[in-house]
Amino acid sequence: MTGRVKGRTSLSRATLREFVDVHRSTSILLGMALVGVLLPLIALVPPFNIFQNQSVWVSGFSNAGVFVLLALGLNIVVGLAGLLDLGYAAFFAIGAYAYAYGASPFSGQHFPFIVLLVVGALVAATFGVLLGAPTLRLRGDYLAIVTLGFGEIVPIVFLNADKYTNGTNGIGGVYKPDIPFVEFTLLNPWPFYVLMLVLVTIVMILIYRLTESRIGRAWMAIREDELAAASNGLNTVTTKLMAFALGASTAGFAGAFNASSLTSVDPGQFLSTVSFTILAMVVLGGMGNIWGVALGAFVIYTVQIVFLKQLNTFFEGLPFHVPVLSDVNFVQYQFLLYGLALVLMMLFRPEGLFPSQRRKQELHAADAADTESSAKATMEEAL
Amino acid sequence: MTVARSSSPASAPGFIRRFRLVGYSLIGIVAYFLLLAFMLNSTATAAQQVANALTLGAIYALVALGYTMVYGIIELINFAHGDVFMVGSFVALWTLTSDPIFNVVGLGQTGIVTNIALLAGILLLTFTVSMVLMAVLNMGIERFAYRPLRNAPKVAPLITAIGVSLILQNVIQIIVGTGDRPVPQLFPTDGFQFLGANIRYLNLFIFLVALVLLYGLQQFVSRTRLGRAMRATAQDQQAAQLMGVDLNQTIAMTFLIGGALAGAAGVFQGQYLGYVRFDLGFNAGLKAFTAAVLGGIGNLTGAALGGFLIAFLEVFAAANGQQRWSQAIVFVVLIVVLVFRPAGILGQQIGERA
Repeated sequence: MTGRVKGRTSLSRATLREFVDVHRSTSILLGMALVGVLLPLIALVPPFNIFQNQSVWVSGFSNAGVFVLLALGLNIVVGLAGLLDLGYAAFFAIGAYAYAYGASPFSGQHFPFIVLLVVGALVAATFGVLLGAPTLRLRGDYLAIVTLGFGEIVPIVFLNADKYTNGTNGIGGVYKPDIPFVEFTLLNPWPFYVLMLVLVTIVMILIYRLTESRIGRAWMAIREDELAAASNGLNTVTTKLMAFALGASTAGFAGAFNASSLTSVDPGQFLSTVSFTILAMVVLGGMGNIWGVALGAFVIYTVQIVFLKQLNTFFEGLPFHVPVLSDVNFVQYQFLLYGLALVLMMLFRPEGLFPSQRRKQELHAADAADTESSAKATMEEAL
Repeated sequence: MTVARSSSPASAPGFIRRFRLVGYSLIGIVAYFLLLAFMLNSTATAAQQVANALTLGAIYALVALGYTMVYGIIELINFAHGDVFMVGSFVALWTLTSDPIFNVVGLGQTGIVTNIALLAGILLLTFTVSMVLMAVLNMGIERFAYRPLRNAPKVAPLITAIGVSLILQNVIQIIVGTGDRPVPQLFPTDGFQFLGANIRYLNLFIFLVALVLLYGLQQFVSRTRLGRAMRATAQDQQAAQLMGVDLNQTIAMTFLIGGALAGAAGVFQGQYLGYVRFDLGFNAGLKAFTAAVLGGIGNLTGAALGGFLIAFLEVFAAANGQQRWSQAIVFVVLIVVLVFRPAGILGQQIGERA
């Protein structure tokens, strides 16, 4: 072990850091296992057990996992490659409908769960490429408006093409996951929870390894200075397209899982508000940092689903009347809060609550005027 | 197509160019009318639809100008602009239903003001309130949400723009709820006969006022000192600054004008549609931005032209009973334009800037 040993705690911390540095994928695996064991235990402890019982918490956690996956995927596009995707829910929808077509009485098909997860990801990635290929050649900010439009259109198409999608009602009775020796029922949240943990862990490791690879460094180089990246021989269009497609495929993957766990899909699940929620998660968590984004998504989802609702019931249940708080519907304020969060974070803490080191440097470079050196460093790594 | 950005100074060819544009527009409108008349098998309905398209186009054009001006000057897609337009429509509603107007004039939900002088007075008041407030709002948004991020990575102001859009939508939603709010109708439902159709005075009014505003803006940008500063800033911020242009003032001015136009469009929207809703701005914004891209982003004439074209397309879809697809069609147009002619109809070919 290198470094001076000051005491027992600093020794173990140094050892830990060294271990994490060397065995990165393993540490994600261990970290997720730890999280997986701790979360259900935390749900048993006050104050958390007051809100709802453990099995409700656990099923809530697996739903939160869907948003963690989505945030991780959007992080590739926004956080790593610096492209703004405002219609991310569209790919989520495409993955979900792909699953519903592959495993529901509506289509009369029933393909295995694992196959459909991959198919959902691939179909979403295909749409990502179809949308990104023409747009990514243009100025970067056109992507924002095109994806915004795409995010609006996809639910409209699923809604209007009712002959193929069953319109507003959507496709019901979607089959639950079928994995040998495990029985998935709506009453038992545990199999979904474990499956979700496994999926999130796999996706995290994949994304982590991508980030640290040549392509990951290329994304960051483009994000920091596209012109410089291009002049150093990076094909910016294919690199950006790759980020966009991978982001889309992660959403498709999440969509397929979500369809199987909710057992129904309908256009109302994929409105543009979902895209903005995911964006708020990525921005709050810290663009570019995998753990930060995952944590941001988890916290926002839990706050949104559990606390805002519980806050209402709490104030309604009080024997006395609290002037403002009793009359306010907290859930209604959620998008106002996201909007405020997006603006305030960008103005005062653009690197997010849990920043990645490099992103932080870059976002504050404007003040410190050392953009060039940080961009140069990335460039050297990328090439 | 050598039509330069609207920023080119008015010179001798400018007169011919403008003349040609008007000529082409008239030919286009007549062709559109004939197409509709042929398809619907009725000149009366076709004339009605053309009137609707021109009215809707006027509203889109006014909103699109706000997008194109801001994009032209600071290269930011101002996502909040559609919502400023929506807030404008609510301010118009509140002005019209406010006690002084409501009591004195006695407007009902469908109150029709027959006294022309009174009508003009109320309209003037509504326009002034809505335009001034939206100009201030838009300037405030620029000051607090965009200006601090002017040197930040490009994705940062885009994210704050989305944030501001969410804030505006939700503040209005919290104040008035999610339902449609009916707007008092000032104009009588009858109008004049044209080709067998009853064209409302409201349609004519919206179209004419929008044309006056467009012309006024064109003149302002090409003839005044501030307009010249705006064009200079759009071309090269640094150089403009070195020539003594006050950057902050010029950009604030751009937002002010864009906001005022959106406020005017908001008044029209309430009168034309008959109701307002908290989420109408978002879709209108998407369409208006498509219009701006279609016309050539940064180009004022282009944005107006694009606004009318999008409205023509939408009314055409509606006339064919495909209203529910109109949003999707507009979006496909956006993609097609971006793929085949990213500079738009009137825009110059601008190379990609990183």
